[in-house]
Amino acid sequence: MTPLQLTHFTATSCLGRGLSATRQALEQARCGLTPCQFETVELPTYIGEVGGVDDIALPPKLQRFDCRNNRLAQLGLMQDDFHSAVRSAVARFGPRRIGVYLGTSTSGILTTEMAYRHRDALTGALAADFDYAGTHNSFSVADYVGRLFELAGPAVAVCTACSSSAKVFAAAQRMIAADQIDAAIVGGVDSLCLTTLYGFHSLQLTSSEPCRPFDAARDGLSIGEAAAFALLERAPAEPDPEAILLLGAGESSDAYHMSSPHPEGAGARSAMRDALTDAGLVPGDVDYINLHGTGTPSNDSAESRAVTGLFGDATPCSSTKGATGHALGAAGALEAVICAIALQSQLMPGGLHLRQRDPQLELNYLTHNQRGPLRRVLSNSFGFGGANCALLFGRAA
Amino acid sequence: MSTLTGCIQSIGLLGPGLADWSAARAVLNGELPHVAARTVLPLPGVLPPAERRRAGRVIKLALAVGAEAVAGAADGAAADVRALPTVFTSSGGDGENCHEICVTLAGRDRQISPTRFHNSVHNAAAGYWSIAYGCTEGSTSLCAGDASFGAGLLEALSQLACGAPAVLLLAYDADYPQPLYAKRPIPDAFGIALLLRAPVAGTPLPRLQLALSDAPAARMHHAGLESLRASIPAARSLPLLERLAQRRGGTVVLDYLETVRLAVEVHS
Repeated sequence: MTPLQLTHFTATSCLGRGLSATRQALEQARCGLTPCQFETVELPTYIGEVGGVDDIALPPKLQRFDCRNNRLAQLGLMQDDFHSAVRSAVARFGPRRIGVYLGTSTSGILTTEMAYRHRDALTGALAADFDYAGTHNSFSVADYVGRLFELAGPAVAVCTACSSSAKVFAAAQRMIAADQIDAAIVGGVDSLCLTTLYGFHSLQLTSSEPCRPFDAARDGLSIGEAAAFALLERAPAEPDPEAILLLGAGESSDAYHMSSPHPEGAGARSAMRDALTDAGLVPGDVDYINLHGTGTPSNDSAESRAVTGLFGDATPCSSTKGATGHALGAAGALEAVICAIALQSQLMPGGLHLRQRDPQLELNYLTHNQRGPLRRVLSNSFGFGGANCALLFGRAA
Repeated sequence: MSTLTGCIQSIGLLGPGLADWSAARAVLNGELPHVAARTVLPLPGVLPPAERRRAGRVIKLALAVGAEAVAGAADGAAADVRALPTVFTSSGGDGENCHEICVTLAGRDRQISPTRFHNSVHNAAAGYWSIAYGCTEGSTSLCAGDASFGAGLLEALSQLACGAPAVLLLAYDADYPQPLYAKRPIPDAFGIALLLRAPVAGTPLPRLQLALSDAPAARMHHAGLESLRASIPAARSLPLLERLAQRRGGTVVLDYLETVRLAVEVHS
């Protein structure tokens, strides 16, 4: 592919609001996970909750979109002057030439979960003010963002579970390459809800401690939430040396199992290989890999095999989910922004909470922050249903 | 502005009173009347028995139209399902499954079943498809609410523009049970699969050229079909299918988002 530039980006997660808070947390190896006290949930698990989401107000004309997920989106868009960057792109390209490509897995389903508790005792009906399209529907967040900026181009939610907001980069890139749009708001917004907390618990995939990716005794993930966005545009012929570029994307399907990865990581490996091919690069060109690294026994083992199979055991890699939790449909975009921070700051964040290395996993897993040089980094995202995506980012120079 | 283009290799279709593409074609070109009837969803024979039993309506629907489309593709690369990238698009996913989870979570014991949980992801149909056919190519699952068919068509054609020789587009929507039905009244299940190929010179296949447009969306003359088009997102494809059934060229405007529609020029 022809490289695209992330002309502006931002992330809000349990590590904090915006780039500087996120960068600082990574520099300090700070963990944002806390014991779960979300809503009425009673589960022995840790979560990555974003503080203050309930206090966010949506603009009056978009009140019908009011739900935790869109409040989190709004909170995210307010950071790092992302708003202004979008408005400037609209002024340059026009509202028809900007696409919205956002990943989510559960959208505003929390609103429906709560509405089901208050169904009419006689008829079972939901409350009159329940707005399906504004809250529950998966498109809600992309619709909200499109309306917020008064855009008139293509808009879509990509919903491939935990790879959703990685795939948005690939989808938007294709639409720019096909000259249907000039720029895209890409990103992911996923927020805490009962479906995912109780759902992952039912699969025995949640840890009772802060998750420990790649630890020998890892026992599951910690669910998080996040809003992360990037403005994707064609790169100028001579980009600023510090510009962050999307260099390649690879997508594949495991064709193996609905909720377990292929044990050898075959699909993960082919997604990474395709991202390299797309970028015209070879494994030795990659300086750091931000792993999917959920902390479940099966993910980390399959991913380790996939990475060492393709890259050998030397490429430094880590999972940042010990710090952020697994933001599910927002994880791909959150970790894309973490990769951009890594490239800007020449920082490879060490994975948190690892007590004892798993001798079965032979990759070069970083447990402490390391400094660059970093020119190109890879980000992995794998989802239920075997939906894999790998993204390659780089500095212009 | 440049247009997106692709050829239609084969079609799968299932909807109220439309049992498959050949039946729908006869209705759409006026040979047979449209007889309103509930959509009958076949059991997905490609799935192992355990999964077949658990498959919800949208999974049955998506697998049925996809199977018809790939069966209709007689030749070469596009017929190798294992190597065929897929674009799944649906306005809502599996409504029954979602309802059952919400009921459980609203109750005293919130332990939801693991199968219900993994079937709750929007890409469940895509996951089952890839497992059933051993398809390891990239697959995406989209939602754009009422605009989901248009979003899928754009994604599929952009994949062809970026070098994919063929791509399978599956658009499907099914009804929610109450109480969600009252808030999202999709009357019945409707699915369409288009096996799209990159245009090659001299092909006898109908070719589409698509551009974003401000023109108003075409409607169906037949009241029953227009009611489907207006109430089921995947049925927004009907004006295009009508033109294909009638082997008629020209431009048809499909409804997409409130702010933009899709002008599709058909060369048949």
